[in-house]
Amino acid sequence: MPTVIVDGKEIEIGADERLNCIEAARRAGAEIPHYCWHPGLSVVASCRMCLVETGTRDAATGKISMMPKLVPACQTPAKDGTVIVTESQLVKDSRARVEEALLIDHPIDCPICDKAGECLLQDYHFQHGQSERRADLHAFTSRRRDVGPTVTLFVDRCIMCTRCVRFTREVSGTSELMVTSRGAKEEIDVFPGHPLDNKLSGNVVDLCPVGALGDKDFLYQQRVWFMKREANVCGGCSAGCSIHTEHNQDTIYRLKPRENPHVNTWWICDEGRYGWHHIHDAARLVGAGRRANLSTDRSTPLEAVEWADVVPRLRTDLKAAGRLAVAISPMLTVEEAWMLCAVARSIDPQAFLAVGHVPRTGDDETFPGGFTIRAEKCPNRLGVEGVVALFDPSVPSWSQLVEHVRSGHADAAWITGAYPAAWIDDDTAAAFADLKCLVVQDLFDSPLSALATWRLPAAGFAERAGTWVNVAHRAQTFEQAVRPPAGVWPEGRLYWNMLGRRGLYDPTAVRRQVAESSATFAALAGEIPATGVDLRIHQLA
Amino acid sequence: MQPFKPVLLEAVGVPDGQTIASYRSRGGYEPLEQVLKQKQPVDVVEMVKASGLRGRGGAGFSTGLKWTFLPKDHPGPIYLCINADESEPGTFNNRILMEDDPHQVIEGIILSAYATRASTAYIYLRYEYPQSWQRLQTAIDEAYAAGYLGKNIKGSSFSLDIYLHRGAAAYICGEETGLIESLEGKRAWPRIKPPFPAIEGLFRKPTVVNNIETMACVAQIARRGVDWFRSIGVPADPNNPRDPGSYGPKLYCLSGHVERPGCYETPLGITARQLIDEFGGGVWKGRKAKAVIPGGISMGLMTEAELDTPLDFAGPGKVGCLGLGTAAVVVIDETVSIVDFLHNSCRFFAHESCGQCTPCREGTSWSLRMLERIKAGKGRLRDLDLLAEIGNTMGMMPGSTICGLADGAAWPIKNAIKKFRGEFEDYIKQTNPQGWMVTDPVPALQIVGSH
Repeated sequence: MPTVIVDGKEIEIGADERLNCIEAARRAGAEIPHYCWHPGLSVVASCRMCLVETGTRDAATGKISMMPKLVPACQTPAKDGTVIVTESQLVKDSRARVEEALLIDHPIDCPICDKAGECLLQDYHFQHGQSERRADLHAFTSRRRDVGPTVTLFVDRCIMCTRCVRFTREVSGTSELMVTSRGAKEEIDVFPGHPLDNKLSGNVVDLCPVGALGDKDFLYQQRVWFMKREANVCGGCSAGCSIHTEHNQDTIYRLKPRENPHVNTWWICDEGRYGWHHIHDAARLVGAGRRANLSTDRSTPLEAVEWADVVPRLRTDLKAAGRLAVAISPMLTVEEAWMLCAVARSIDPQAFLAVGHVPRTGDDETFPGGFTIRAEKCPNRLGVEGVVALFDPSVPSWSQLVEHVRSGHADAAWITGAYPAAWIDDDTAAAFADLKCLVVQDLFDSPLSALATWRLPAAGFAERAGTWVNVAHRAQTFEQAVRPPAGVWPEGRLYWNMLGRRGLYDPTAVRRQVAESSATFAALAGEIPATGVDLRIHQLA
Repeated sequence: MQPFKPVLLEAVGVPDGQTIASYRSRGGYEPLEQVLKQKQPVDVVEMVKASGLRGRGGAGFSTGLKWTFLPKDHPGPIYLCINADESEPGTFNNRILMEDDPHQVIEGIILSAYATRASTAYIYLRYEYPQSWQRLQTAIDEAYAAGYLGKNIKGSSFSLDIYLHRGAAAYICGEETGLIESLEGKRAWPRIKPPFPAIEGLFRKPTVVNNIETMACVAQIARRGVDWFRSIGVPADPNNPRDPGSYGPKLYCLSGHVERPGCYETPLGITARQLIDEFGGGVWKGRKAKAVIPGGISMGLMTEAELDTPLDFAGPGKVGCLGLGTAAVVVIDETVSIVDFLHNSCRFFAHESCGQCTPCREGTSWSLRMLERIKAGKGRLRDLDLLAEIGNTMGMMPGSTICGLADGAAWPIKNAIKKFRGEFEDYIKQTNPQGWMVTDPVPALQIVGSH
């Protein structure tokens, strides 16, 4: 195994790993500061913050010979016998000078900058900078330039790391951003008439190590130190990108990509990034309602039902109605889907269980950097199909369920939705008009909920806990990030209670149960790493 | 020293010397035809290696050695790029060659392409040279018509196309990888090395980048032989195993405060004083020289006392300059303020820094702003320490930048501060009698205009 010596400490790296000195030093616990280098982009070695001393140890004699000058750690491969010195005086002085140079043209408007608190320029200045400013102060300027519908550029804050430029060239393949002018007059800009307008544009804001690129959606909404972040999974499409939900007091302010080499690497799409606003939409359904006497007459008003009463009364109503059909939405987690199936079969042992409506838009779209936005706009079709298959190996689809109801094979239906957008038309909804009991559990009103005899609210993606299985069979587990609005029980809580289980809803307990009873989900039995597990792992082995 | 008859500048003053007929009447293209008939490419490489020819572009790297870095048995294509982006202040020797004897350059290019097995050569020409552009293009057309370019040159299996590319006026395009990026149609940001161009250069293929004057030297080596070339110049220092010697004739560009500025050809190793007195007719108006730039502004400064330094590849380094550079000798007479000189130098590099690496982008701009403030009568002695620190830490040599532009920007600063510190101190004390000793941070200051 190749051995790298970092600040005198020997660490082993994999024989065929291609690490640079930043990555190798990180393994040894030494953080080498850097701006322009990003693992997902090409190496330019231009910020010069990662300069270190390097050398090689002769394998035969053990003698170390050092390079006579500083080298960029990002550009220098770590090989067997590579010696990296990250904390010598030469290195420290060099870092201090780079920090000083970067601040010469920086407005230092941290009090009004959104990046303050998570800014590399701040952090590195604190760690590596000088306490005194020796340069001629520049008149304060803070020019703002619109570069696209989602992103705004604070020109003077930029430190010219060019991560954003490389992102649009290498990952999104759209090349909107460029560098204009030369020397210290250099600026990031777009070409006239070609704004930064692509489906991955928000990532340039995450990439920006300083506050130069601002997300218009987040601008001036919240100071970053007030927010908490929860590891989460994006529910926007079947790619299931790993994200962080950043929130304060149950209000979401932004979503950020969470690094996951198996799913989204470092990126998320704008659709997902800005796809959380429905969570705080005033039109969301809140509170459980039951039409008096289960009347199918729409003019009969819904009567509010206390959640404690929903559990027994829903069961009673459905049992009384007769043959039950249930649509398990692909927005639900594996645990919720499994509990819903169990609830349905406990009410009607012959209940017809089907996968709910799977929304699709267009075709899968893959970008030059390999990132793919899926056409299937739900996070857990594979998970729900796997659960339904445990109860009905034919895995009926949504259209089969509609046909089943339309042809009079059901007396009651329980349709789960939780779709962030409109999903059902009047014609389809009409098939459910004559049922004795129709339970609709959804985020928003729809032609279907207008017919409902029981209308239940659903939870949004960040309000759930459980497991989603993405298009590549990777199961990712996540916790609840924010609490749902008052009057909303997340599906899991309702089903848990309807199953008569004690205490708070515990997705881990359900997950273990599912894993134990099913080969499909066997991989969910143990601890799930933050990057998820591949459900096919046993099949592959 | 024996009077030296110009070789590279043979055509200067010859009527219609730029035409192919004139060049052939002087024996041109004969060596090429013989090489194509009698020699293998590797023989040409060996010939150039044996001659001790060092690149005339500035760094003085051995040309033959550079060619051997190309991968062996590469399926191709291999590219030859000729650097004619002559932008170093004070330098104009390439222009003379391109305007007065373009065929000498082209013959050198064909020989070099043959040696490096390149079938495509690009000449990257500085935008500000319209006459060079016209004459080179005419000469290339003539060479095609005469069968020296194109398919199967003179019945051999060797083919070559030369493309003349006109740059858009940027100093950084003269850096070899900046040139390659620019040629590819990109922003001329020098590339990180490795990989070096010989392994992965233009269009990601093996590439050699050589200077115009180097090409002319190759043509002359082929015509006059290795022994002739090695009989000229300064042999290697036997006490310094790393000195490969400075052989051959060299075009010195003499400008500034001399009586007869111009481009003069002499053997390498002439001293600055000889050059100024024997060729330039001495410092103008009977004055004394205060300082002399040995080889383009980026090489730093020599003082009057250092003028006996031989201008070979090793000489200027011995007196603290960066090197011989482009051998553009600029004389600064005793009436010039060294503060003005440094301000001008800093302005140039702040304008030309490509802006890629932080230390160069901010260092060149910061030093300019400090010089502007000093000139505005608000200088402090402390600024000199800051300038010296910038000069000592910016560049490829300390490792803080990707390319050598920053070294070129740093050298005038550190040379001027080191060799003329007294003058700077006097200037600051006289122009800022109240504040010269202040060491506090500089208060906010509006942009100060410069003259």
